[in-house]
Amino acid sequence: MGLLSKKDATLIKDPLFDNNPITIQVLGICSALAITAELEASIVMAISVLFVLGLGNVVISLMRNIIPSKIRIIVQLVVVATLVIIVDLVLKAFAYELSKTLSVFVGLIITNCIIMGRFEAFALANGPWRSFLDGIGNSLGYGVILIIVGFFRELLGSGTLLGIQVLGDPIDKTGVYAYGYENNGFMLLAPMALIVVGIIIWVQRSKNRALIEDH
Amino acid sequence: MEKRTDKNSYTILFAIGMVIVVGSLLAFAASGFKGRIDENKRIEKQLNILYAMGVNENEGNSMNFVSKDNVAEDFSKYITNQLVIQGDKVTEDINAYLIDIKKEQSSAKKESYQRRLPLLIGEREGKTFYIAPIRGKGLWDAIWAYVAMDENMVVQGAFFDHKGETAGLGSNINQRFFMDDFIGEHLLSDGAFKGIKVAKGNADPKNLDKTDNEVDAIAGATITGDGVSAMLKSELKLYLPYFKKLKVH
Repeated sequence: MGLLSKKDATLIKDPLFDNNPITIQVLGICSALAITAELEASIVMAISVLFVLGLGNVVISLMRNIIPSKIRIIVQLVVVATLVIIVDLVLKAFAYELSKTLSVFVGLIITNCIIMGRFEAFALANGPWRSFLDGIGNSLGYGVILIIVGFFRELLGSGTLLGIQVLGDPIDKTGVYAYGYENNGFMLLAPMALIVVGIIIWVQRSKNRALIEDH
Repeated sequence: MEKRTDKNSYTILFAIGMVIVVGSLLAFAASGFKGRIDENKRIEKQLNILYAMGVNENEGNSMNFVSKDNVAEDFSKYITNQLVIQGDKVTEDINAYLIDIKKEQSSAKKESYQRRLPLLIGEREGKTFYIAPIRGKGLWDAIWAYVAMDENMVVQGAFFDHKGETAGLGSNINQRFFMDDFIGEHLLSDGAFKGIKVAKGNADPKNLDKTDNEVDAIAGATITGDGVSAMLKSELKLYLPYFKKLKVH
């Protein structure tokens, strides 16, 4: 990569694989199970977090030398909440339909522990450019898992992808439903998100055994 | 040595400064955008009301409202009258559709207050639609609907929406596969008000029986579905006296 130095490139690459916020650090699980019943919602959430974490990391990084250490968590919360509310207001005024799709996610973004985690662990100790890359990398790592989980839950739970029926019509019994296949309603419920994440963690650690912790 | 940012006085000053900066920033943004946001909400209401009475641009399975540019014109063309029902008193009001249902519901808890019920009357292709805006509770937050009925309280069309139901589950009440099921459903059963139940384990998933007072529920959205049933039952029941009088005349 010519654009980024080797050190900077790892900031993006690491959270995608070997230091993934969901599967390795086990952060952001709450939103991963709340909104992944549909692929579209997963994609929207991934993009929203990409935006908030990238920008929030830069803001915190710029403020890192003036934030009083005793109230730094509160300051971080205020920054992320302000960013999210301003974005929400701007969308409501200029892109009302989009804001309706996103409104469900606003509260979830503020409380997403990945965002607080990256502010605390990275942006408070690094410059704005590196913090920006770290934010992008971590939100991509988060988004990839969200989209994988959303893909399987929507496909197996509703037989659709992005709302399009890909397996045939379950009521008229066409496509695979003609052969006795049924949608698995259990996939739509929150516990199955955890089980899918668990399977991803299993596959990932069996591919790269260095990730397995000693106990 | 203690760092400058560790001092109590600095911390307190920083906190005060932060609150002032953030507070004024948000207040400035909120009041700056208020006009546009309110206008967007008003247009949305008109779009939803027209959608419920079948004035929309649905094609095949897609779901489309009429164009935003024509909404004001369409609204005045199709909505012929707007009523406010307050007990036995029925008055005309061209802004009845803007009545804040949430406010009316909470004011109605006081015994001295008689709730104002908006009812919009629309005409399309020679048919008359009576459209009631209603509001209720879902799993997480408010849900609301515009239900278009004929004079026998048979649903002719419905538009549902929600503030924060679970994405992919309860949030699907604003999708056509759910809303279209209501078309043709009866709210009355043998002349008495029964409502429409969003039923699980429905023996009629294709919704061929329109007089069973039931539509098929969404898997994984039990509480949102129950909220829809409760909203239809408690809110539309309030309109029953008006429809009874309508039959007499």
